[in-house]
Amino acid sequence: MSNRIVVSLSPHEKDDLNIEKIMWGVVIALAPAFLASVYFYGLHAVRVVALSLIFCVGIEYVIQKFVTKEKITAFDGSAAITGLLLAFNVPSSIPWWQLLVGSVAAIGVAKMAFGGLGKNPFNPALVGRAFMLASFPVHMTTWPVPLKNLWTLGADAVTGATPLGVLAEHGPANLPGYMDLFIGKIGGCIGEVSAAAILIGGIYMLYKKIITWHIPVFYLLSLAGFSGILWMVDSSKYADPLFHMLAGGAMLGAWFMATDMVTSPMSVKGQIVFAVGGGILCGAIRIFGSYPEGCSYSILIMNAFVPLIDKYTKPRRFGTEVNYEFPG
Amino acid sequence: MNLKTFKRGGVHPPENKFSAGVPIQPLGIPERANIILLQNLGAPSVPVVKKGDKVKVGTLIGKAEAFISSNLHSSVSGTVEKIDDVVGFSGYKTPAVIIKVEGDEWEESIDRSPDLVTDIELEPEAIVEKIKEMGIVGLGGATFPAHVKYLGSPDRKADTLVVNGVECEPYLTSDHRLMLEKADEIMVGIRVMMKAGRVDRALVGIEANKPDAVENMRNKAENYPGIEIVPLKVMYPQGAEKQLVKALLNREIPSGKLPLDVGCIVNNVGTAFAVYEAVQKNKPLIERVVTITGKKLKKTGNFLARVGSPSSMLLEAVGETMPEGTRKIIGGGPMMGKALNSIDIPIYKGTSGLVLVDEAETWRREPLNCIRCAKCVGVCPMGLEPYLLEKLAKKERFDACEAESIVDCIECGSCSYTCPSALPLLDYIRYGKTNVMRIMRERRQK
Amino acid sequence: MNPVILYSLATLGVLAAGAAMILFFVARKFRVDEDPRIDEVADLLPGANCGGCGYPGCRGFAEALVKAADAGDMSGLNCPPGGGDTMAAVGAFLGAEVGEATPMVAVVRCGGTCEKAPPKLEYNGPAKCDIAHKLFSGTNGCPYGCLGLGDCVAVCDYDAIHMDKETGLPVVDDEKCVACGLCVTACPRRIIELRPKGKKNRRVWVNCINKEKGAVARKNCQAACIACQICVKTCPEKIQAFIFKDNLAYIDTDKCIACGLCVPVCPTGAILATFTPPKPKPKTKPEAKPEPKPASEEATS
Repeated sequence: MSNRIVVSLSPHEKDDLNIEKIMWGVVIALAPAFLASVYFYGLHAVRVVALSLIFCVGIEYVIQKFVTKEKITAFDGSAAITGLLLAFNVPSSIPWWQLLVGSVAAIGVAKMAFGGLGKNPFNPALVGRAFMLASFPVHMTTWPVPLKNLWTLGADAVTGATPLGVLAEHGPANLPGYMDLFIGKIGGCIGEVSAAAILIGGIYMLYKKIITWHIPVFYLLSLAGFSGILWMVDSSKYADPLFHMLAGGAMLGAWFMATDMVTSPMSVKGQIVFAVGGGILCGAIRIFGSYPEGCSYSILIMNAFVPLIDKYTKPRRFGTEVNYEFPG
Repeated sequence: MNLKTFKRGGVHPPENKFSAGVPIQPLGIPERANIILLQNLGAPSVPVVKKGDKVKVGTLIGKAEAFISSNLHSSVSGTVEKIDDVVGFSGYKTPAVIIKVEGDEWEESIDRSPDLVTDIELEPEAIVEKIKEMGIVGLGGATFPAHVKYLGSPDRKADTLVVNGVECEPYLTSDHRLMLEKADEIMVGIRVMMKAGRVDRALVGIEANKPDAVENMRNKAENYPGIEIVPLKVMYPQGAEKQLVKALLNREIPSGKLPLDVGCIVNNVGTAFAVYEAVQKNKPLIERVVTITGKKLKKTGNFLARVGSPSSMLLEAVGETMPEGTRKIIGGGPMMGKALNSIDIPIYKGTSGLVLVDEAETWRREPLNCIRCAKCVGVCPMGLEPYLLEKLAKKERFDACEAESIVDCIECGSCSYTCPSALPLLDYIRYGKTNVMRIMRERRQK
Repeated sequence: MNPVILYSLATLGVLAAGAAMILFFVARKFRVDEDPRIDEVADLLPGANCGGCGYPGCRGFAEALVKAADAGDMSGLNCPPGGGDTMAAVGAFLGAEVGEATPMVAVVRCGGTCEKAPPKLEYNGPAKCDIAHKLFSGTNGCPYGCLGLGDCVAVCDYDAIHMDKETGLPVVDDEKCVACGLCVTACPRRIIELRPKGKKNRRVWVNCINKEKGAVARKNCQAACIACQICVKTCPEKIQAFIFKDNLAYIDTDKCIACGLCVPVCPTGAILATFTPPKPKPKTKPEAKPEPKPASEEATS
């Protein structure tokens, strides 16, 4: 090794923030949701999560090694996050090969085809889920009930409807109670059921400064606001806003999907616009659309608007707030 | 207690102020002084000596012949050997007056006594003329000729003098020590500058990580009317001119404008001290306090160094040789300083310190893809979007760079410092900035 | 016929006719009248839009050509990639005389290889010559020398210039080079110059642009021009192709006949030729002839 003096440009210091720290921070934030999913769905949840992780990380590794032949970054944590989020967005009885198809769509199409980390316009986990929902509608809408057959893989699952499914079919009567919704003792995709676990993870991410509060709070508030207005107009037809915030994938979407840094706007103003648009769309799809759940589509649609939002919501440049006048 | 600050952006690198407790020592006389002719922003000084001339400490050796230029004085006594090119801070060779040192004889007009001279006898115009004559430049690092700031302008009048005692760069402690050891002189210097700028009020900003300096300056300020000491939040770049004015006065200097456009004049505490010596003691700017520091140095120090001394003298003065494994020598602080070619580069008026960097911290990380985390946007004190500017500059889309206000960048380095993908943001922004400024210049000339 | 098919055909037919009418009228109303020759001339040009002609793209050049042909003066207009054939075709089409253009080629004028100009510093930053140039004088210390980071390679559209990994200098492939001039402006130090290819591809040039005093230049690079002026004296009286200014020798291509006499006499090997130069005449004085190896490493690929 040479001993020559090195010349480089300033700054000559770097803090220790790197991609791995951010990504693995999010993975840790997803741990409470994972534990909740195991509590409610037992081995099935473990199966789904393990398969999804192996598929997503594996597909990224294979593509980087054999197809693009570039530097291998499959283990930096971003593929793991996609794997976890994809797993959290499917029911616990999903067949393994459907999960594989979803992972290929998520990592191969939505992420690597656009150029890898940082270049994708759409949230990969949501693209994977949307692809699976369109391709395998039956399996993707068959939800085993929680706390049954936890430790017996392979046994026939007892299935039931999700709270949003009940709302769509039968209206706002006979909905599960708030406590069940908050803890997660309801039917649904394995990661979205427990609002409490997601909230813990979200607060952890806020503490570690991985995300800021604007997107989750504004998403949930605008969803609540939109559904709340309709509920106040006719509460026999529409569910109340607290129900909407806790049911379905709204919590998971607001805290983990909408906050994905690659696919969300770059300024605080833009993030608020993005979150408000997403919340309203989510409510609109749930109430007026033919799908019982609209969270994933609302975020995907707002992802498409992000370049436009970025263009028109630039941070205020220093020096534009002219507040000094010479006296006299 | 809520400390004032510039509110938006900024980073907090580790302070590493190892030499904060080391008193200022004189560095001593070099064998040969390489006094570079370009020691200020603007035009270089024109030499008024030639080979063979004898000079004393304080003899004029270079004259300011452009509007933005400054005088240059010899910092040693001896014989002018030649006027030749030496490698300077810029990494390129630059003309310098090379003096073979003989003894240490000073010009008789310089008052070398340690007495404090508090009466300011000169009128404002005479003070400005004296500052120009004595070759005072801004000692905060930009080396702007100080007298130009006080020339005044008919449509813009200043009401406050802002004194920069922040020293937000990690490692550097020369201003800190000056405020501890020469506070009285600094106070008189500030009064001189207040008279020159015709202002009644001076605010001295000091970062809160120097509580002893704040206290000492506060005690001394009680004897001098109109001077207020304001401790500021520890955040880089608190000492940047625009950020400092925003923090102390809550006034934002618009793009392309000067502090005078919002009614204030900004100068460094080191400059205040130099102004004191120039106006009250008739001493031109020939020496300044320089910090020598580094993680691997067993001893660090702050030295009063003569301009033109080789930087290697600083290392000898702390009794060390270059530590094993040193791979980078930074002139200035690690955030905005320049990586030097060697340890022999001569000290000039803008040298605030020398930081020796070990192998482990020398190399940059391999850059990865931008993950659009917006951390760079969050830390930019000027409200710019570094990720976008870097992308546009790389693609040479200079018209788009100009539209995104790339010229507002103060090159503080906060964006590159924090980027998780270790992208060379500031490198490309600088590339874009120089090209945009060239295009703007060409447009003006048409 | 099934009424559904009938209705579908009728509706689509009406829609198509309506769209066609709209397009017809819009095209007529917004038509830009232009000299039809411009399009034809543009078709004759290579279509690379390299800017070597000095105009914005082939279309811009075509406009200039038509204007010049009408004005009667086609001098100064040349398409380097198209060469003589293209210009002749354009001239024939427009009915105007085109001047003879000398074929040019890009010449790299630096001999600071890793061996001759060993690095004293290391650079850690983006691989862009423009950025490194503003930072410092270079890893070997010569402020005029090649930085080796490849801005010239990146900008070439014709795959005609590549970085030699061993020497650290760019090498021009003179078969592919069309002398468009992009590498000349890309180099922040203006090391690359467009010079005439020369009769039978014979050309001679000084492989250094260092303007420092000889001793100073030599400290950084063993292949630098040391301003000894032996080459100037060697060039025959009648020819005098050398211009000596600022401690640097320069060969004027208007005068140089590519005889190659100056090549072997240069003590540092700073003068290069694309051919093997003749051996120097034996000197009358009994001094040891310094016979440096003729610098014919330049590939004539």
